[in-house]
Amino acid sequence: MPATFTRHQVETEKRDTGYGGKPPVDRRPTGGGGGDDNWDSRSSRHGGPRELLIRYRLAVLSGLAGDFVFFAVLVSAFFVRPTAGHIDAGANFVSDWHPIAIPPILWINTAILLLSSLTIEVARRQLFHEIDVMEEWLGLGRPAVKRAAPWLLATILLGGLFLAGQWIAWQQLSAQGLYFATNPNSHFFYLVTGAHAFHLLLGLLALVFAMAAIFRLKKVEMRQIALDCTAWFWHAMTLFWIFLFILLVCYQ
Amino acid sequence: MNAEPAHSAAPSHGFLRRRVFTTEHRALAVLYLLIGLAAVIVGTLLSLVIRIHRVWPTVPFPLYGILRPEDYLAVVTMHGTLMVFFVLTVVPQSAFPNLVLAEQIGTRRMAFPRLNATAFWITLASFLALLAAFFVPQGAPISGWTSYPPFSAIAATGPGQGAGMDCWLASIALFCIAAVASSANFLATIVARRGPGMTFGRLPLTVWSWLTSSALTVIAFSALFGAALMLFADRHFGTSFFIPAGEVINGIARSGGASGSPMLWLHLFWFFGHPEVYISILPGMGLASALLANFTRRPVLGYRFMVIATLMIGFLGLGVWGHHMFVSGMNPYAGTAFGLTTIAIAVPSSAEVLTWLAMLFRGRLRLSTPMLFTLGFISFFISGGLTGPILAQPALDAYLHNTFFVVAHFHLVMAMAGVFSLFAGIYYWYPLLTGRLMNEMLGKAHFWISLIGAYGTFFPMHLAGLAGEPRHYAQLAGPVESFPSLIPVERGITFAALTLAAAQLIFLFNVFRSARHGDRAGENPWRATTHEWSPDLHPITRGEPYVYGPYPGGTKDFLPQWELAAPATSAQPYPSGAKPE
Ligand code: HEM
Ligand SMILES: [Cu+2]
Repeated sequence: MPATFTRHQVETEKRDTGYGGKPPVDRRPTGGGGGDDNWDSRSSRHGGPRELLIRYRLAVLSGLAGDFVFFAVLVSAFFVRPTAGHIDAGANFVSDWHPIAIPPILWINTAILLLSSLTIEVARRQLFHEIDVMEEWLGLGRPAVKRAAPWLLATILLGGLFLAGQWIAWQQLSAQGLYFATNPNSHFFYLVTGAHAFHLLLGLLALVFAMAAIFRLKKVEMRQIALDCTAWFWHAMTLFWIFLFILLVCYQ
Repeated sequence: MNAEPAHSAAPSHGFLRRRVFTTEHRALAVLYLLIGLAAVIVGTLLSLVIRIHRVWPTVPFPLYGILRPEDYLAVVTMHGTLMVFFVLTVVPQSAFPNLVLAEQIGTRRMAFPRLNATAFWITLASFLALLAAFFVPQGAPISGWTSYPPFSAIAATGPGQGAGMDCWLASIALFCIAAVASSANFLATIVARRGPGMTFGRLPLTVWSWLTSSALTVIAFSALFGAALMLFADRHFGTSFFIPAGEVINGIARSGGASGSPMLWLHLFWFFGHPEVYISILPGMGLASALLANFTRRPVLGYRFMVIATLMIGFLGLGVWGHHMFVSGMNPYAGTAFGLTTIAIAVPSSAEVLTWLAMLFRGRLRLSTPMLFTLGFISFFISGGLTGPILAQPALDAYLHNTFFVVAHFHLVMAMAGVFSLFAGIYYWYPLLTGRLMNEMLGKAHFWISLIGAYGTFFPMHLAGLAGEPRHYAQLAGPVESFPSLIPVERGITFAALTLAAAQLIFLFNVFRSARHGDRAGENPWRATTHEWSPDLHPITRGEPYVYGPYPGGTKDFLPQWELAAPATSAQPYPSGAKPE
């Protein structure tokens, strides 16, 4: 390629990380960044911290929409597979769908995951309390971060516990001789729980990252974003798990 | 090239930093275009191998020798995969938005530049993974771009279905991740990074297209990723999601394995596959509206209507996948239902086409090269689109499925329409990258030869298809009597295809020559109205996107989005049009 040039100087300064604007705070119960934005008249506030938060949430939401489809696809196998069978030599239809007895520990795991969603929500809201956030923004200390941290830590522990619980469930199944490749139902069981566990592993990484972020990042709004996006991801994983769990328990 | 010494006071801007390892979207657009170029060159050469083999099956290829049937299938598979993913998705859905999307909405940065750049590198890895399939033991996969199981699920089914198929799957999985990541960036950019005054009602139609196609990308490619994961498990972890029980391969029954459903893959693949064809064509449709307005110097007819049609196509496109499966053993009632939804989606598509035709007959047409290619796009979209509703009749499709009739349909409506809109975009936006215009005379020669070559290649395929000629067969032989009579048609197609490919050399020559020797473009060479041509770094949007022709208080025949309508109102600090009512 010959040298190409843009007609304008490429903009390198970052004008939009919002030093000027205040970080979003929780005036409504939803937590910051609710829906009062009028897109038409944004020129003055364009690039403010609230817009930044919204932008990050949009990206996370898009990713989660894709993730939802991904899990829906895996689940579709669950609905198609039980009807698949074959005709044996005697012209009998043979179905090879053998229901799996769900390891009881999954109930405990589900409870743990629900609890972890609760703790991360508490942590998330700490970062949007108006008084604390203002104090942080003015540089008078970090009350919000200090209050969020224990809840975040609790979430990390609960998340780890959930993963350990899933591991135990797999161990129990393989002790019964049920492996990934054993039968259609075990394919499905390992596939969805495995895919979900992988997402939670990523979530745990994100949580650890968010923990580091709220202590190390200088800008209040970036701290909020780090925790907020992780929290929404975590909630989505809890929600997906509940769907998957209901499927595994009720629709074998 | 800018030979700035690295130790200068300014932050070091080496060539690599500025053009390759960068998060600047326009540089990324160039990189994406280079992937597209590499893919289209390889893909075209493969297609010529296909064409030559079909008429001279016994002539050895230089450096290779005579093509065996399995080689033929490998060539077809790689041709399809390269073209669908790395040309007709990468260019309209990655390169073009990186080129102009941010500017068109009145900003200069993407919402997530680093995510955007990461998506590019993953795409590159995916491209290399696919090309690697040529070089692994036993070569490229042979199960077609749709990779139907059990063929694709069991390595023993043929050469290339081992390591080659794994390359294919790795490539597709990476591509899915990249596509979803870059679309998440586009969605966030369109929704939350529009510049001041850029309301949804003022978005250019190209941006509406990218909004729709990005949403489709998130949905469709996530589905494909899930399906690819299951196929991978079938291949390597002993599951049988897609493998039927008692599968016999080369006379050997596959031991073990439960009864999976190959149909499940078809459903999942086409749930991706049909939205995918719209992902690749919607940007071209938006571009066609914009260019028609520009080159007829008239506004887009029914802007709102076009927006709604675009969104409708995106939405309905999610519910028609079954029309690829009429003869797959799917429940016939489901076939009828999918036939009906397919006819439904033809409605907004035809509405857009009729709008374009109306715009053509209203305006004074200026036949510059971008306009010619847009007309070519419309022509192919119509001629290929007309066979769609025919194929959407389950009864007719029972005969036509897997014949060259289908090949003709999608090469006209997707491949040729798609590629012509890519050319339109490149001729049109070229000055943004080089400051120069491409040569008009070469452009016109390129257009006319391509047009004739393309129709000559793909139109006769309808006849071959109607005569029953199946696709994916290496050679026409055997007792069937009608096939020998098709040989002259086949030969004509091959000559037309060679002409078509040769015409692209004119284009390549033009691209590289004009970068240095083209006419200087100046500020706004097409006298266009959208922001990518704005002289301002941070333009304020003051009006509708396509104001061409006489307008109230106007002195020119167009009103750019960054200019005020009537001089009298310019005293106001904030243009009245930019404020919410
Ligand atoms: C009026 C609208 C359309 C209708 C009713 C329609 C209908 C169909 C049907 C029924 C088939 C399946 C034929 C078969 O396999 O037997 C098909 C195949 C195909 N169509 Fe369309 N189509 C339409 C528009 C489009 C557009 C706009 C594109 C692309 C931009 C497109 C791309 C394709 C492709 C790529 C295939 C073949 C895929 C394959 O088997 O490899 N179609 N179409
Ligand atoms: Cu389709």
